[in-house]
Amino acid sequence: MIADAAATRPAPVEPEPISGTRMVVALGSIGVMAAIMLVMTYLGTLPAIERNRAEALEQAIFEVVPGAAARRGFEVRDGRLIPAGDPPVPPLYYAAYGPDGGLVGVAIPAEGQGFQDVLRVLYGYAPECQCIVGFKVLESKETPGLGDKIETDPVFRANFVALDVGLDAAGAFVNPPELVKRGEKTERWQVEGITGATISARAVTRILGDSGAVAAPLIQRNLEALSDGGSGD
Amino acid sequence: MAVPATEIKLPLVTEASNAETLIKGLWRENPVFVMLLGMCPVLAVTNSVINALAIGGATTLVLLLSSTVVSLARRLIPKQVRIAAYILIIATFVTATEYALQALSYEVHKALGAFIALIVANCAILGRAEAFASRNTVGKAMLDALGMGAGFTLACLSLGVVRELLGNGTLAGVPVFGPAFEPWVIMVLPPGAFFVLGCWLLLFNRLRQRRERRT
Repeated sequence: MIADAAATRPAPVEPEPISGTRMVVALGSIGVMAAIMLVMTYLGTLPAIERNRAEALEQAIFEVVPGAAARRGFEVRDGRLIPAGDPPVPPLYYAAYGPDGGLVGVAIPAEGQGFQDVLRVLYGYAPECQCIVGFKVLESKETPGLGDKIETDPVFRANFVALDVGLDAAGAFVNPPELVKRGEKTERWQVEGITGATISARAVTRILGDSGAVAAPLIQRNLEALSDGGSGD
Repeated sequence: MAVPATEIKLPLVTEASNAETLIKGLWRENPVFVMLLGMCPVLAVTNSVINALAIGGATTLVLLLSSTVVSLARRLIPKQVRIAAYILIIATFVTATEYALQALSYEVHKALGAFIALIVANCAILGRAEAFASRNTVGKAMLDALGMGAGFTLACLSLGVVRELLGNGTLAGVPVFGPAFEPWVIMVLPPGAFFVLGCWLLLFNRLRQRRERRT
């Protein structure tokens, strides 16, 4: 009985043999065409992408430094801040000046690892109060609805109205920025976190701490050069 | 023995009219409400109308381009390496779309975060390449892709409208309810996406059952 059933069962269909060369040629051809298309798209869109980035950065500079009416880029050379050349050499610091031409703050780009990818931010540093006075995310791939609250949460954003990053005589932070739970902020150097976005909030605190530890002493040492830049722009 | 490319015969699986091919993605085979495909961007990005339209448009564009190329190359791609080839084609178009979006709108690109890149892994696109574009003519494949893309965009928009309206009190950024409205913040958060999707699925299934009973 079983033997009969086996005899009447249709023979399995053998897959058509394909040469290895043909598979390699097919995948290779698609790969080459993909490469050409990607390079062409990248080169074609690059000017517009760079223009958009520059516009976003320009807008952000005036957002993170309250009272700014004009700005000038500075680059670092031998531990000194000098007006940026053409082309500018990163890292750049953007000195912001008020309507009277006086220095009101410095916008500093910084980046670090976020929850999913590199987080690029811009923050404003006011040399007079030695504090961070503004913060904006330039580029982020944090989870929508959770990690992206670093951009929208009003309580988190309020941390950066006057976050104390004062320096001691040796040029180090007296108190580095410290992340605390929501509702537990008692000191001006503490950053109140976000429920559901702890890693992103911690990443922002770390990025500002690491960048500020380098930028704040540099700015304080070069205050004269930065202040003079307002009349030259 | 190697088989020349011209000897490979793939069946044409659809004999549906062009109109049927185009509109089936909107309702009968809607990728979100019927097939439950591509849930990741549908749940994550649809917290506003603009985001929903952007992810829907980007997905439709990738679906259209990849289906067209897969259909054009269907007799040249050996069956044994087809999935790798489809993924390469889809990934190329997703990357190109990401560059294009970045050039068109920095803000929308920023709002969509990682989800544009994740279109590569949207099973609705690979599914259409494997199940339809690889077995049909270019014209049919394009119509199918357009219909499926429109269905996907419509589904994203259905979620985006409800979530933004209730979670923010706005529609495409324009205030609707006035200052007295207290937003249901949960609607723009991930749990709100599940809740709204569940309600839409309930409605879809009720309508489907009612239609079936009538016929």
